[in-house]
Amino acid sequence: MKRRRTAREQVSALPAKTRSRLLRKDVLRLGASGLKSRPTRVVLSALGIAIGIAAMIAVVGISTSSQAKLNEQLSSLGTNLLTVGAGKSLFGDQSKLPETAAGQVSRIEGVEKTAWLAELEGIKSYRSRLIDSGQSGGITAAAVSDTLLDVTEASMKSGNWFNEATANYPTVVLGAKAAQRLGVVTPGTQVWIHDQLFTVLGVLDPVPLAPELDTMAMFSEHTAIETLGWEKNPTTIYERSSDESVDAIRALLPRAVNPENPEEVEVSRPSDALAAKNAADTAFTGLLVGLGSVALLVGGIGVANTMVITVLERRREIGLRRALGTTRKHIRSQFLAEALLLSALGGVAGVGIGMVVITVFANANGWPVSVPPLVIISGVAATIVIGAVAGLYPAIRAARTPPTAVLAS
Amino acid sequence: MSAHVIELNQVTREHGSPPVRAVDGVSLIVEAGEMVAIVGPSGSGKSSLLNLIGTLDRPTTGSALIDGADVARMSDNALSALRAYRVGFVFQQFHLSEGVTAIDNVADGLLYTGVGVRERRRRAVDALTRVGLGHRTTHKPSQLSGGERQRVAIARAVVSRPPLLLADEPTGNLDQTSGASVVELLHELNRDGTTIVVITHDVELAQKLPRRIMIRDGRVVSDSKDTP
Repeated sequence: MKRRRTAREQVSALPAKTRSRLLRKDVLRLGASGLKSRPTRVVLSALGIAIGIAAMIAVVGISTSSQAKLNEQLSSLGTNLLTVGAGKSLFGDQSKLPETAAGQVSRIEGVEKTAWLAELEGIKSYRSRLIDSGQSGGITAAAVSDTLLDVTEASMKSGNWFNEATANYPTVVLGAKAAQRLGVVTPGTQVWIHDQLFTVLGVLDPVPLAPELDTMAMFSEHTAIETLGWEKNPTTIYERSSDESVDAIRALLPRAVNPENPEEVEVSRPSDALAAKNAADTAFTGLLVGLGSVALLVGGIGVANTMVITVLERRREIGLRRALGTTRKHIRSQFLAEALLLSALGGVAGVGIGMVVITVFANANGWPVSVPPLVIISGVAATIVIGAVAGLYPAIRAARTPPTAVLAS
Repeated sequence: MSAHVIELNQVTREHGSPPVRAVDGVSLIVEAGEMVAIVGPSGSGKSSLLNLIGTLDRPTTGSALIDGADVARMSDNALSALRAYRVGFVFQQFHLSEGVTAIDNVADGLLYTGVGVRERRRRAVDALTRVGLGHRTTHKPSQLSGGERQRVAIARAVVSRPPLLLADEPTGNLDQTSGASVVELLHELNRDGTTIVVITHDVELAQKLPRRIMIRDGRVVSDSKDTP
């Protein structure tokens, strides 16, 4: 050992021409040619890495794409919608909003527009008079203000919203689910409500910010008072303001709506509920990424395994290269390069597969494709680290192969 | 630098435990420009001696000076450099890379001298021409006869123009005719100044070389030289 150390000092004193040298380009070529000679094995062990990386990228990409969809939705729907509802009184009874509530809300400074909705108890809707009265389908009847469509950013799937003319006739607008349950497809259909025929004016699309509308049969103020016996108490008030004043208005709302019992008023922000749902999905994504990283680890072990076998099989080649004048370091670099290329190959393939999965999944769900570049970069970086770790031990073993292996039979 | 290309002094080499002495106190000197056969039956220690002369291995005791450098005192890196620039090897099984053309196989002989790939190929063509295969540069080993493959291997060994060429049973896998032509090629290279050591069990082959060193049980039993 000691003898060798003194000898090593001699080497550095040797002129460059009498030192073994291997160009960096050639290290890569050697690594690549080593892989080329065993294509099946290369594909199979790169596949292990590819699956791991693809799983991770796909999971992260699908999650970010759904987040992008949500952000898109929130920015089009707005996060400045507040809803005010009647809560429970101190004694646990369902309280009512005062008749004047909607007017009070619109007088708060900063409020841009308001709408209201009043659930009508005991009003059941049927497809026709022949339907058994027990099969009411869970459809809620509600009186609504004209402005509801605008304030909740709801859109008509078919037909029209109330106008001055139609509001005075027995007409109804159905939410998406309510129309489905009643079997109503086209406007103009007549349905049986409160022992009377009502004409369906239109059907709404699902309303993301006010999902309660989906199961409702909606009536104009006039119809509700004249035909359905509504007493003019709203149950929910919708309000929009500028984004900056949302918090201030939120604090003012209970007292404005019900000055006597402000604690009975419930204020909520529907966009928060959407975001919270997405946050729950994110926790699940974390779990899947964990699973993906296990797959990646297994892929890395596959690469290490392949490299160990390769080194054992190629003792003669290593011996020959030593006879041709390569140093241990060069042999180590050659096999490390081979392992790195192998796992980088898997990494690039994995990123490709992952992107395809994300694109297919996002298109199927109507989401925008969104993959943070950082995810792709760190995916490829991870494979390079894995290749280095997986290749280190086999490369060191290869370097330890004695030159005499070229003659060993 | 000394004129002795090979200088072994009381060299022994033991393998394993309990130690088996494969080379037992060999002393010999080969001068530059000589052409020597090391002859012995299998198990006589020829291969161990080849490993020592080729600096693939270090002696257990004694000293081995190859091209004037003391093998025992050199680092692994220095020995690698010695092999890259000063020693060429030819093996019985050729050890060519399948699926790679003759020119690239030969160019590999320069891989560890830090020469760029273009220069390596150019010199590989020269070397192939030198061994009479100038017309078969783009053939792969599987498309070549045994004799031609051995010529490619010889071209790879001499492409870096080493002063010493070691051949281990170079005709062992060849038929009579191609074996004879390979020996003739070695003679040619020797006439050009390369020192050549052929390790063989084939006494008939050894008779064709000017100097013969007989080995048995790791010892030199005879050393005879033709007088020119």
